[in-house]
Amino acid sequence: MKFSRLILANLFRKKIRLMLTVGSFAVALVLFTFLAVVKSAFSRGTEIAGADRLIVVSRIGLMQLLPISDRDKILAIPGVKAVTHNHWFGGVYQEEKNFFPQFVIDPENQRKVMTELVVPDDQWNNFLKDRQGAIAGARTAERFHWKIGDRIPIKTTLYGGGSSEFNLDGIYHSDRPGGDESQFWLQWKYFDENAPAPVKSTAGWYVVKLDSPDDAVRVAKAIDEKFANSSFETKTETESAFAAYFVKQFGNIELLILTIGSVVFFTLLLVTGNTMAISVRERTSELAVLKAIGFSGRAVLFFVLAESVFIALAGGFLGLTLAYLAIPVIGVALTGLLPPLILSKSLLTLGLGFALFVGAASGLLPGIGAMRMRVVNALRRA
Amino acid sequence: MAIPVVYNVRSVKARWTSTIVAVVGIAGTVGVFVAMLSLARGFKATLVSSGSADNALITRAGATSEMTSGVSIDSVKIIQDAPGIARGADGPLLTPEAVLMAPIPLRSTGTDANVELRGVSPNVLAIRSNIKIVEGRMFRHGLSELVVGKNAKATYSGLTLGSTIWLGSAQWHVVGIFDAGGSAFDSEVWGDAHLLNGAYKRPDTFSQSVTVHLASPAALQQLRDALTADPRLNVDVTREIDYYAKQSTRMTQLITILGGFVAAIMAIGAVFGALNTMYSAVAERGREIATMRALGFNPGSVVLSFLFEALLISFVGGVLGCLAVLPLNGLTTSTMNFQTFSNLAFAFKITFDLLWMGVVFALIMGVLGGMPPAIRAAGRPVASALREL
Repeated sequence: MKFSRLILANLFRKKIRLMLTVGSFAVALVLFTFLAVVKSAFSRGTEIAGADRLIVVSRIGLMQLLPISDRDKILAIPGVKAVTHNHWFGGVYQEEKNFFPQFVIDPENQRKVMTELVVPDDQWNNFLKDRQGAIAGARTAERFHWKIGDRIPIKTTLYGGGSSEFNLDGIYHSDRPGGDESQFWLQWKYFDENAPAPVKSTAGWYVVKLDSPDDAVRVAKAIDEKFANSSFETKTETESAFAAYFVKQFGNIELLILTIGSVVFFTLLLVTGNTMAISVRERTSELAVLKAIGFSGRAVLFFVLAESVFIALAGGFLGLTLAYLAIPVIGVALTGLLPPLILSKSLLTLGLGFALFVGAASGLLPGIGAMRMRVVNALRRA
Repeated sequence: MAIPVVYNVRSVKARWTSTIVAVVGIAGTVGVFVAMLSLARGFKATLVSSGSADNALITRAGATSEMTSGVSIDSVKIIQDAPGIARGADGPLLTPEAVLMAPIPLRSTGTDANVELRGVSPNVLAIRSNIKIVEGRMFRHGLSELVVGKNAKATYSGLTLGSTIWLGSAQWHVVGIFDAGGSAFDSEVWGDAHLLNGAYKRPDTFSQSVTVHLASPAALQQLRDALTADPRLNVDVTREIDYYAKQSTRMTQLITILGGFVAAIMAIGAVFGALNTMYSAVAERGREIATMRALGFNPGSVVLSFLFEALLISFVGGVLGCLAVLPLNGLTTSTMNFQTFSNLAFAFKITFDLLWMGVVFALIMGVLGGMPPAIRAAGRPVASALREL
């Protein structure tokens, strides 16, 4: 590039201002990435939900239990491939802030339904044989430095109160990016033997795997009709609708964070854009000289744009790198409060695109001004 | 000798565009800082104010919330006679409660959200004395009637006075609206515990928790000792206020970490903005500064003068930021309570000390953004600065 030295010299004429402007861009992008990542963590459940799965809960409330005999009735409905049942266990590991979801599962069918949560066969077979066995998600196991064979004490109100120990027989991984690797699975049989009378022979909810996702509406209706007018009516939804139900209840908080964040993000961009406009305005006379010695209006526009785009790109790269480094740290601080924070490639691309757009836009107005200005007037002003 | 303050005020006015940019940056940061903290405080205050120091909550040993707790009717009978419980005209002040959840459509979106249904004993108002019926009347023992918290009435459709609603397998009449002073109970719906258990096909021999009114706040220890020593019982006794304070920790932590991080990033951005403004102020006024130095003002006064200017800008920004979020005070919003999975309404709570913290935060940003340019201004040699065009 013939003029790269001129552009570089202009860029570095005020080093502190350059640093600060690049820094502001970087800050804006860190903020943008962070907010986007948090937002996706809030709605993760809906994004990763299986399209070919239904959740069956009691119609009168989420905490109401369903009879275990429903399992076979659901399985008999055409279009249903497999059924598993879960219970919310709600125990405490060491202290309450060490929260992770604990589910009592049906070992025979869990793997047929939750196909994306993978446990090695030998570990799974050990779990099947072990009444007090447990399977932990990779993220939870890592968080507490558990290894297979450890005995995990869980404080619970069941089993006569106090603490129960479970043997960690296996660790599951999710083969879908962003999948939930925080669950802790326990054996239904052991749970049921020790459950008090109202909980005996029940399921918290059923998860149904379909032959085809296109069948979801029909099968969901068939299940609800089957139990209509029984003493345990059901409400069947796709897994993503079920997850959305929880996300919506968070709704306000998420909206608030996003509103506040976006307002400020745009303020930051305004500030940066303004700085660029000022730096061009300061050099009006120089640009006029360039035009006077024969550079075309377009060339002047190009100089200005190149400068602002360079600043935007430098700030963008810096910001995304910082976000890339900072987000895992924040993720650790939020363990147990939010699903894992994941910085996806598409988000990085979007951020960089955003920076480019703002860089070009903020250079365009002063650049066009410079292109159109009349040399005589500009020189006289200086 | 100090440079007159008027000099700074006039120069801020002369360069108002770049001043505004710096002010907006700082105002935005302070606004978010205060809003986030007030959100966390409001959530906590809502839960903490639900509890009373005069009440004790009895749950099954090891239960983390009422949802995972259970107390049998036999245990309730033993608890009734324990020492330390206040007694009213008709027996001990104690309410064995059933806690359930019901999906009821939200007014705002029409989609269902979980409402906490609490089955209580009819003398509950004597135990939770801070709760008042503001419309209609209390439900009658043995009738399928409900009283609704004022936030629940505002948030969900079909919970106004006089309406009827299907919950579980029964139809209920809303006969009263109660005001629980902005606490978590305001998001709840209350009815007769026996009937609610019946409507949800739950055995009437169990309740989730028992709340008792203590003879005096100090009687807690006496009650706890008596109940935990009793071999027939397996319960935890918690002061009600402590139980609710503990429930708020996860959400408060989440808001504080998220808000803190956002505010920290923005603070960096705002400091950059202030630095930019002050550096260009210094650059534009090279000759002015040199003239002042030549007149006999020492470098210290120049630093002070520029620092004052930065503080002036950041103070205005801080005050504006606080004013901008002040209307949020008392605004009610709702989210899911992690501990109970039910929807909880709460209000932003902006207190004087939060505003104070916001302004101090702004001044700190002002010092960080003003100090380096001020030092540079004072450090330039007078002769060369005067010679500059």
